[in-house]
Amino acid sequence: MKEGRPRSFYVLAIFFAGYVLFLYGPMIAIYVLSFQGPQGGLTFPMNGVSTFWIAKLFQGTGIVDLGAAFRRSLLLGIIVMIVTVVLSVAAGMAFRRRFKAQSLLFYSAIASLIVPSIITSLGISLEFRIIDDLIKAHWNENFETSMGLLTSGLGAHLTWTLPFGLLIMFAIFNRFDPRLEEAARDLGATPWQTFRHVVLPIILPSVIGIGLFGFTLSWDELARSSQAIGAVNTLPLDLQGLTTTVTNPDIYALGTVISAVSFTVITLALGTIHMLNKRQAAKGSDAGKGLV
Amino acid sequence: MSEEVLQQASPGLIPGSGTARAAKPTRLSPSFISWLQAGPMMLVFLAFFLIPLVFVVIVSFWDYNEYQLLPAFSGRGYTDTFEGCIAQLPDLCTIGKTYVKTLKLCFMVWAITLFIGFWVAYFLAFHVKSKTWQMGLSLLCTIPFWTSNVIRMIAWIPLLGRNGLVNSGLVKTGLINHPLEWLLFSEFSVVLALVHLFTFFMVVPIFNSMIRIDKSLIEAAYDAGATGFQTLVNVIIPLAKPGIVIGSIFVITIVMGDFITIGVMGGQQIAAAGKIIETRVNALQFPAAAANAVILLVITFLIITMMSRIVDIKKEL
Repeated sequence: MKEGRPRSFYVLAIFFAGYVLFLYGPMIAIYVLSFQGPQGGLTFPMNGVSTFWIAKLFQGTGIVDLGAAFRRSLLLGIIVMIVTVVLSVAAGMAFRRRFKAQSLLFYSAIASLIVPSIITSLGISLEFRIIDDLIKAHWNENFETSMGLLTSGLGAHLTWTLPFGLLIMFAIFNRFDPRLEEAARDLGATPWQTFRHVVLPIILPSVIGIGLFGFTLSWDELARSSQAIGAVNTLPLDLQGLTTTVTNPDIYALGTVISAVSFTVITLALGTIHMLNKRQAAKGSDAGKGLV
Repeated sequence: MSEEVLQQASPGLIPGSGTARAAKPTRLSPSFISWLQAGPMMLVFLAFFLIPLVFVVIVSFWDYNEYQLLPAFSGRGYTDTFEGCIAQLPDLCTIGKTYVKTLKLCFMVWAITLFIGFWVAYFLAFHVKSKTWQMGLSLLCTIPFWTSNVIRMIAWIPLLGRNGLVNSGLVKTGLINHPLEWLLFSEFSVVLALVHLFTFFMVVPIFNSMIRIDKSLIEAAYDAGATGFQTLVNVIIPLAKPGIVIGSIFVITIVMGDFITIGVMGGQQIAAAGKIIETRVNALQFPAAAANAVILLVITFLIITMMSRIVDIKKEL
């Protein structure tokens, strides 16, 4: 091969830089615009610099009840994260053995990922409407609805986060060395001890990745929430509602706050993953490496 | 942790007294453990994905009035959807035009995301040599995917609006006299936003395929006298094909069902398959919404079947 970098490197490097600019440029624009002065509008140039619009959100005097929607989204995100981690790890372990219904579960996950969200969302909403009608007809005439944040809403979000969790587990166990478990078993560990003290520490960085996916996908989820969440709104739904009526930088301020939470969670998770990897590299043994 | 607690929490041991059988006091069969492990996820998909899909199909054949669903067999959901279509032939009726428009948007977004995604993945996989840089740059592309889609949509307003940066820039430099009206709330802005949102789904699978290509194959092609272009067409593209197909399936299914981006960026003016469903739901015409969902599902399924002929998805994961 030729010495130095080929010309295609520079062409593609510029292309890549352009793509990154395209990705981030518009977002940075609204983060900046959310710091408009009180007289500021929806476009550049800036009309003064202040935290007026962000403060207005938190006073609750603005366009949405930010506090309530914020808490709802956060609660849902955390529950989705926990459920996604637990179910994905368990199912990931199951897939290391052959079992009946293996293909069914696999294809359900893939289908759930690629069937358009609006269809899943509509289906869940119909399902709960039919359940409501049954309850009204047979048990309680005054029953309102079984749809809600933690019933239909939680289910809708899980159909989106679980496939990602499962796919990440596949990637983890593709690289996992089962001899480590054999060694633990030979030393007399119970299956749970093997999992707790051998498998889990090794896969922990990726498990945190699954949690990160679970939370942020739920936190920003919109299409599946749209029909399935019930009477209340999550933060993204409020934000979407605003897009048709908005005239003030409120909307940018709300966008900035939502993004800030996303970025905080991403940073925390990546930091933890990095720390765990470093710890693993420092404390892990290299026994047997020279033999292979 | 005490031994007793371990026993209770262990997936491999009988957890309490209730299930213990006299003959086999300690171990559960491996298939039962598999059920315990995979069962919960299966239940979620059953309750919130498979059964709802069945309901969509069933309800699409129900009748309805202004107030409620009527559980009686009827083809009204479908006939209302295609109302007047046969009379209008050979011209396309509204629903036909909407689907053609959706497919057109879909094709445009697919072609653009494929082009961008392929070269971004190519750059990351073959030109970035250091692992640290490779990870850092991939992460840079991934982070926006983790943040709100609506925010990434409205981010275009200050740039493309009537008084936005692009228009005022063009007017100031004298290239145009009046602000361009078609920049925002148009097909152009819809395609732009969709590309902005979903190129990620193209980059990741293609990158995954490319990173697995054995570099010695490329050197072999080089040694055998292939030009860069020949290597690309005869070695890299065939080996990256699974990633290309998986990325394409993602982008196509997302765009086919999208109604939010098309709504927000099209100024609620552009009709698309997903929007029909949303409109019908808002009008409480659930059977009609379900009928449209079934039609959309069938079209999406046909596209995926066609594409998965090219590659075995399960083998690639």
